[in-house]
Amino acid sequence: MTQGDNIISIQSVSKHFGPVKAVDDTSFNIKRGEFFSLLGPSGCGKTTLLRILAGFELPTSGEVTIDGQPMSTVPPHARPTNMVFQSYAIFPHLNVRENIAYGLRKRRLGKAETARIVEQALELIKMPGYGERRSDQLSGGQRQRVALARALVCQPKVLLLDEPLGALDKKLREEMQIELRQIQRTVGITFVFVTHDQEEALTLSDRIAVMSRGKVLQIDHSTRLYEAPNCREVAEFIGTMNILPGTIGEVSHGRANVAAGTHGAFEARTDGSAPRPGTPVLIAIRPEKLQMSWERPGLSVNSLAGKVGAVAYFGDRSHFYVDVEGCEKPLAVALQNGERRLDGSDLVGKPVWLSWEPDSAVLLPA
Amino acid sequence: MAVAEPGQRLGWTASGDQWNRWLRRHEWARGYLLMSPTILVMLAMLVAPIVALVVMSFWTQHVLEIDRTPTLANYWHLIEPAGPDDETAYWLGIPFPFKRAVYIVLLLKSILMSFTATVAVILLAYPMAYFLAFRVKQHKMIWLMAITLPFWTSYLLRVFAWKLMLGFGGVINSGLMKLGLIDQPLEFLLYNPIAVVITLAHAWVAFAILPIYVSLEKIDRSLLEAASDLGDRAITRFFRVTLPLSAPGVIASSLLVFIPTVGDYVTPTLVGGPTGIMIGNSIQSLFGKMNEIPLGSALSLVMMLSVTLIVCLFLWAVGYRKMQRSIA
Repeated sequence: MTQGDNIISIQSVSKHFGPVKAVDDTSFNIKRGEFFSLLGPSGCGKTTLLRILAGFELPTSGEVTIDGQPMSTVPPHARPTNMVFQSYAIFPHLNVRENIAYGLRKRRLGKAETARIVEQALELIKMPGYGERRSDQLSGGQRQRVALARALVCQPKVLLLDEPLGALDKKLREEMQIELRQIQRTVGITFVFVTHDQEEALTLSDRIAVMSRGKVLQIDHSTRLYEAPNCREVAEFIGTMNILPGTIGEVSHGRANVAAGTHGAFEARTDGSAPRPGTPVLIAIRPEKLQMSWERPGLSVNSLAGKVGAVAYFGDRSHFYVDVEGCEKPLAVALQNGERRLDGSDLVGKPVWLSWEPDSAVLLPA
Repeated sequence: MAVAEPGQRLGWTASGDQWNRWLRRHEWARGYLLMSPTILVMLAMLVAPIVALVVMSFWTQHVLEIDRTPTLANYWHLIEPAGPDDETAYWLGIPFPFKRAVYIVLLLKSILMSFTATVAVILLAYPMAYFLAFRVKQHKMIWLMAITLPFWTSYLLRVFAWKLMLGFGGVINSGLMKLGLIDQPLEFLLYNPIAVVITLAHAWVAFAILPIYVSLEKIDRSLLEAASDLGDRAITRFFRVTLPLSAPGVIASSLLVFIPTVGDYVTPTLVGGPTGIMIGNSIQSLFGKMNEIPLGSALSLVMMLSVTLIVCLFLWAVGYRKMQRSIA
């Protein structure tokens, strides 16, 4: 990858607040024009990292370069970045038009040119005719759009978004997600998007960095994050993951035999380099990749016995929580509610068999 | 809450119960009942004296007798134009063609002095409030108390303190003389309008800090970050965001200082000298040794109405209602 492909380069950046390491020796690159998400639970350092990019925080150590320029001595007002704040930060003493035009002042455009750009921006966010409104006359979604337009008219090289959809209700959020993605494609600016909502990150992003306790655990695109997480934390943060502890036995032809205590041995595919026999591992299986049956399935698949403990109904699908001996947590099985059934709880307490294809499981370091 | 059957609660008569129910259903009645002590105090201490003032301003004083026939003579007395034989009075080079121009001139002079003191107060209080709101991170209460500590002493004492500072043998003069910068005490320090303005500004600055501090404290910090993010340097940002958003506090402080200082008479009496007197001194002497209570009442009312008018004009000019709607 050449330097020209990366718009942002984060080089061993740390940020300490007293004894707290909000960002802990983190390095990665963000590519030009991509929709990049920082995903993690609250307090994982994602917002701090975004604020470092914006210039509101200075890293304790390390360096950030944006478009090849080192940023450590560049104050926020001189950076080629603009931010959409979590609270939107719409100026209450200015109307929508004045808010959007706020950042245009430094470009010293004429009145007519400014007005034209503002009109264009209002078109882009589908709010033409709203120019004279004040922020208290706008809904949450509209404020969010104004904040977006205000940042975009500055033509930043990178747009930073700090949980911009967090305060919206579910339906509006889904609409805005689609719109945000469309706008990003239209303007072609690199978006760095902070969120704790994994679904949101999966739908929107080209690539996602999963963060925890100040560190980046994995950077990948949505599919790989879900299907091939690199550690237990990522696996459990993104979606639901069932975990079975085991020990690597025989390894051959990309398959490993994993001994899992009283449950016997399971077959699993090894992604990449084969682990050495004797290493403790975790077998991780997604709920929708587990099958549930009354009878013991054939020997070509992995299987274990359990008892249905609880059922959670989600409308389109249900999660069955199956208690398995030796597992600290019940295993979740997702089943599509393909048939119309008016009662699912009659399964509780029944003994069942769970099975999965060797290719469906992921081996994670223990 | 379950409603008790009549008679179930001991000591409740039927009519008491009805009254209780009526109160519960009429929120305005409860409101007025709760406010009644305040309303009574306001009526006795504020409304009654003003009504008395208005009534008295239509009376006439004949040496020791008071003529209670209503007349506008007192008001006419204040604004009667100068006759051909009268000498025209001048103030700041402006002619005042009134028979007794002293009242009008004194009123305008008081307003000007108060205005100057108010501007000085805002200029002093704003940086302190700003520091407190944005720079002090911990123990804000202690800072606030420390700043207002000198104001725990009596107003009179503080005015006297300024007399000591500005006086002939005062701190400033003796200090400058000790340093050899001047041979003779500076005379322009005390007993003039400037001394009054300085003293008023110092006396009122503590009251102005609080409203400005509150309005600055209320500003969402992400708005300031947004301004920086959109390309503003610190100074630009101050004038485009911080100042407009703290305007309600500045306005409140201005009124808090301007309104009471126009009528002040303690400070001009002590540090004003002959040139530094204000309208309050004139009203005081009309009520006191000149024994012209009806004229004094009329002058008081004219002063109050002028101040009200100025305040209304000021609020209208800065667009206060619009501001309140959008910021508060």
